[in-house]
Amino acid sequence: MNENRNVKIRVRNLSKVFGNQPKKALELRNQGLKRPEILDKTGQTLGLSNIDFDVYEGELLVIMGLSGSGKSTLIRCLNRLIEPSEGEIVIDGENIPELGEKALLECRRRHFSMVFQNFALFPHRTVQQNAEFGLEIRGVDKQERTRVARNALHQVGLDGWEDAFPNQLSGGMQQRVGLARALANDSTVLLMDEAFSALDPLIRGDMQQELLELQHRMQKTTVFITHDLDEAINIGDRIILLKDGEIVQIGTPEEILTHPADDYVARFIEGVDMSRILTAQHAMRPVRATAREEDGPRTTLRKMHEHGLDSIYVTTRDRKLQGLVVVDAVEKASKEGRESIRDFMTQDFRAVGPEEPLHNLFAMFSEKSFPIAVVDDSHRLLGVVVKGAVLDELARAAEPAEVREDGNEKANENMAAAGDA
Amino acid sequence: MAIEIPSIPLGDWIEGGLDWLTSEYSVVTRAISRVTQTGIDGLNDGLMWLPEWGLLAIIVGLCWWVASLRLGIGAALGLALIWNLGLWEPMIETLTLVVIATFVAVVMALPVGIAAALSERLYKTIMPILDFMQTMPAFVYLIPAIPFFGIGSVSAIFATVIFSMPPAIRFTTLGIRQVPVELIEAADAYGATRSQKLFKVQLPMSLPTLMAGINQTIMLALSMVVIAAMIGADGLGSEVWRAIQRLRPGDGFEAGIAVVILAMLLDRVTQSLRKGRKS
Repeated sequence: MNENRNVKIRVRNLSKVFGNQPKKALELRNQGLKRPEILDKTGQTLGLSNIDFDVYEGELLVIMGLSGSGKSTLIRCLNRLIEPSEGEIVIDGENIPELGEKALLECRRRHFSMVFQNFALFPHRTVQQNAEFGLEIRGVDKQERTRVARNALHQVGLDGWEDAFPNQLSGGMQQRVGLARALANDSTVLLMDEAFSALDPLIRGDMQQELLELQHRMQKTTVFITHDLDEAINIGDRIILLKDGEIVQIGTPEEILTHPADDYVARFIEGVDMSRILTAQHAMRPVRATAREEDGPRTTLRKMHEHGLDSIYVTTRDRKLQGLVVVDAVEKASKEGRESIRDFMTQDFRAVGPEEPLHNLFAMFSEKSFPIAVVDDSHRLLGVVVKGAVLDELARAAEPAEVREDGNEKANENMAAAGDA
Repeated sequence: MAIEIPSIPLGDWIEGGLDWLTSEYSVVTRAISRVTQTGIDGLNDGLMWLPEWGLLAIIVGLCWWVASLRLGIGAALGLALIWNLGLWEPMIETLTLVVIATFVAVVMALPVGIAAALSERLYKTIMPILDFMQTMPAFVYLIPAIPFFGIGSVSAIFATVIFSMPPAIRFTTLGIRQVPVELIEAADAYGATRSQKLFKVQLPMSLPTLMAGINQTIMLALSMVVIAAMIGADGLGSEVWRAIQRLRPGDGFEAGIAVVILAMLLDRVTQSLRKGRKS
């Protein structure tokens, strides 16, 4: 599908050397030397080397890498905040590295809006004036730019904040202003440099969602830099993985997750696939009610009704797991006038140890719909895991402790709801 | 056996240079002198034309408006004391000199400071010159001022401008250099020209620092204007100078206290201007 799309920016053979002898460094690079050796020999840092990629019209392309991978350099080469040492960057037929000073300004005004990691809002300007900045630079008249900026602020949900100053806003709101400043400019490409990295995780998730919606609505070609693979997978149409100034892999999130190009990418993915690291005990909740073998069907029914369960685990007095009864079976026992539920138990459920990786639990849920029992070595029931809890736990995995606590309550509510169903 | 090392005739050279300047550029110096004197007289007459209570009320109102009621009350008390001591006229003369010297110094300092902030080479050239201007004993500037502009207030302004300009230049440069790189980057990313960057980002953002520099310039100007009484400048300095010559410590202190009051008022007002800009 990508092959059919228009190329908005074509980057070929882009390299950047930090230092005063770029030619020498590139020559060594052509001889096959790598970044550390070039640094040793010439004192020059090879920031980017032979970068080739296309940005398609309307896509959200994520460039992802750890610090020092060259991602910030790369995005800054696109609008020449950093001068590339060699290579071409063609946007709508113009080769950016060859532009003269005037043409470059014109190109930046027409094609690029940038959103920065630390917002880079002008503290002496109001929210409105910040949003107007790009238009003001382009000489758009006052009335028009007020209108456009207001509209952009509306898009990011900042109505009513026009006259506030940036220092009166929270981080998330400040970055909305940054986004509004970029949107108001109506450039053809949006460059986002770790735009959400300085925000706390909850806000960050919201912003990602909003960016996706905006992007969907406006079909704006976006190049998004991040060091966070979760973020990349969450928002990217395609992802470029950078390492030591070189491209390791380009692909859709699925392609990268399922066919990592090399060990480096694979290790990254280890990091994102939290289900391999998290275990059953992370998603487990305490059992709120259990039945005993010798319990009668009516007692059991009452317990189940009280806790809103449609199945209940049966244990001995010292919590050794015996089996599971479902509500239909207990009702049947009750109708038949049985004294205990012993004969109505089923063994058709899954029990796992607390160290069982969460991703194994997924498969079990697709077999059975009952909560999975978590038992210790002597088969004592420690707790249960419901399907929703696993997803919640995965979703929350990257977030810090204080957020998780608050999230746990929510997860419990979800589980109660799952129990009801 | 002592080896005789001839001393370098540095003083002779400088004198020769100054003589040459004085004779070659007398047209220029005379023109400067005339313009400056007109400015001084105009401002002085204007301030003296107002009745004492009228000017006092204006200053108090200004203090109240830019700073606080407290400063307004302080200004009222201080100025009333100066009036009472019969030092109103010399105080106005001193204020005139400070205002004009500061104005000239800032007007000259701003472009130099901006240029030094934007050009590393100029910065490196200018900083030692500023060090020189600031550390040279203030009295020394008075000497060449006399052949240039004669005895009187114009010479005082000349010496004062040289002595008080460095902080205005330094703070302007500092203010512009302090603007965070990200903001410069943001301006660049949106395609701002150099002058757009300067007037929309760098200057507005360096305003608080720039005001601190102007505050320093005013303070230095005040101290220099007082010293300049030695070459015939009017004002509170000449009251002190007269008290020294007649050995009348009481008169000397009265004039000194008037200088202190004026200094505090100027300082507080410019400082609150600076803080006001920030919020």
